Amino acid sequence: MSGQKFDNKIIQWVDDRLPIFSVLKHSAVEYPTPKNLNYWWNFGSLAGFMLVVMLLTGIFLAMNYAANTAIAFGVVEHIMRDVNYGWLLRYLHMNGASFFFICVYIHIFRGLYYGSYKAPRELLWGLGLVIYLLMMGTAFMGYVLPWGQMSFWGATVITNLFSAFPVVGDYIVTLLWGGFSVDNPTLNRFYALHFLLPIVICALVFLHLVALHTTKSNNPLGIDVKGPQDTIPFHPYYTIKDLFGIGVLLLIYLSVVFFDPNLFGDPDNYVPANPMVTPPHIKPEWYFLPFYAILRAIPDKLGGVVAMFGAIIILFFLPWIDSSKVRSAKFRPIFKQVFWIFLVVCLVLGYCGSQPPEGQIVLVGRVATAAYFLFFPLLWVLGKLEKPKPLPQSIAAPVLKGASAGHAAQPMEKA
Amino acid sequence: MADTSTPAPGTSPDGETRRDFLLYAASAVGVAGTALAVWPLIHSMNPAADTLALSTTEVDLTSVAVGQAITVTWRGKPVFIRHRTAAEIEAARKVDLAELRDPQPDDKRVKKAEWLILVGVCTHLGCIPMGQKPGDPRGEFGGWFCPCHGSAYDTSGRIRKGPAPLNLAVPTYTFLTDTSVRIG
Repeated sequence: MSGQKFDNKIIQWVDDRLPIFSVLKHSAVEYPTPKNLNYWWNFGSLAGFMLVVMLLTGIFLAMNYAANTAIAFGVVEHIMRDVNYGWLLRYLHMNGASFFFICVYIHIFRGLYYGSYKAPRELLWGLGLVIYLLMMGTAFMGYVLPWGQMSFWGATVITNLFSAFPVVGDYIVTLLWGGFSVDNPTLNRFYALHFLLPIVICALVFLHLVALHTTKSNNPLGIDVKGPQDTIPFHPYYTIKDLFGIGVLLLIYLSVVFFDPNLFGDPDNYVPANPMVTPPHIKPEWYFLPFYAILRAIPDKLGGVVAMFGAIIILFFLPWIDSSKVRSAKFRPIFKQVFWIFLVVCLVLGYCGSQPPEGQIVLVGRVATAAYFLFFPLLWVLGKLEKPKPLPQSIAAPVLKGASAGHAAQPMEKA
Repeated sequence: MADTSTPAPGTSPDGETRRDFLLYAASAVGVAGTALAVWPLIHSMNPAADTLALSTTEVDLTSVAVGQAITVTWRGKPVFIRHRTAAEIEAARKVDLAELRDPQPDDKRVKKAEWLILVGVCTHLGCIPMGQKPGDPRGEFGGWFCPCHGSAYDTSGRIRKGPAPLNLAVPTYTFLTDTSVRIG
């Protein structure tokens, strides 16, 4: 960190004592990024942008909210009607959660398609999953705060999941509730945790970035960067691309906020919570639906809960389950098809979760659940059986004209 | 501890020292102390004294006619009180215990056969089953039907179909007179 790096003497003086400028220059300006990243690589920065939007709108909403069952519903309506731009803050925040999840889901499936979870990025992948789990916890508790019917009954059903565990189950549920049902103590602690968890998420995002900058970005070819000829500096090339992505995201996100702000919501949540009446059809927010479908697919309470948590936990082991050394699906013809089938299975599960558990839906949900879990052993077998296509020698190789992928890179290799 | 340059006084033949003992003892006390310090934090999340105090509800049953049902609140949860008809009692008694998921004879679940008193919370994931109001679906066993995940209970509140593992719970209650009951 020593030596003259900055022309500005003040910046240099600060940097000699606290290397924030060196770190920034190293990891946000000069950071060598593969030159072949496609638009699927925008979604990490988009998720980060949504996190900032959620933190900002959330803090201002918090200034007008009160976590008390007697007034929580009314206070949210007060935000909507009386607080200056309160409607905007709330609609940005509640739709922001959906768009945050959209970005994160695309980000996860991109990692799946291009094998970004494989060595040496196992911890990067695991940290991402922990962030995803925390997001789910945060979103669930945030949804309870307006204290509508879905808030109350969603909280009741989800906290009751823990009662499935033998012996300790009931104690855990009472501890979560702070009473004998979801009530004021529950609302209060959920508010406290809804405030705490995003701070933990920020800390983990930092670690996620440190891990990313240690192992460096994967790329659509899934091969390692061979040298400077394969990379370009992060700034200005990817800063401008990320900014463009943010523009497109804002266009869609704000269209929903302004023209159809309750698109993702449930009308039942505009009915104040009533512990004596269960709405006819309880369903969670859309981003939980695939897991909700897995929960309901198993005709046993504990089994359903274990399967639901297992569906997420198993993702942590993906780097070791997938036995193929080839990362990108571009060079794995069978995996590529299996990936798309898996994506469809997840969407089918989501649809099943949104429907009442009757008739054909139950059967479809069970088949899709089986398919979801079959994906993982299949991935292990596939790595042993599949014959991958030949990999290019470097990132630079395939773009060189008139040469086949295998030979084109030679002149560049020495660069 | 074995890699210190000079062996500490009191070293045993197999290389263990008093320092090892002190290290283990101090660590054990530290771990136990931390656990004890964390307990007040965790226990603060358990029900507070005033929540625990709200534990009984008294109900007057005079106005509940045969075949009718009422719902009262106890500890923030609904309690179903159904004035069962003779046919419902008969149906509940006739069931072969062998075909029940959570086998319990009807007379173990009531104090007076005509009054069925239950915690109205589905034992699956805590929804409130339907069947209290005249127009509600009661499921194929004539008791209650949970709309969330399709559990059906019979006229004794026993689980007969669907994902719920247990019968609807019977709260502790005492009949103060023939027409008044204290729940809790």
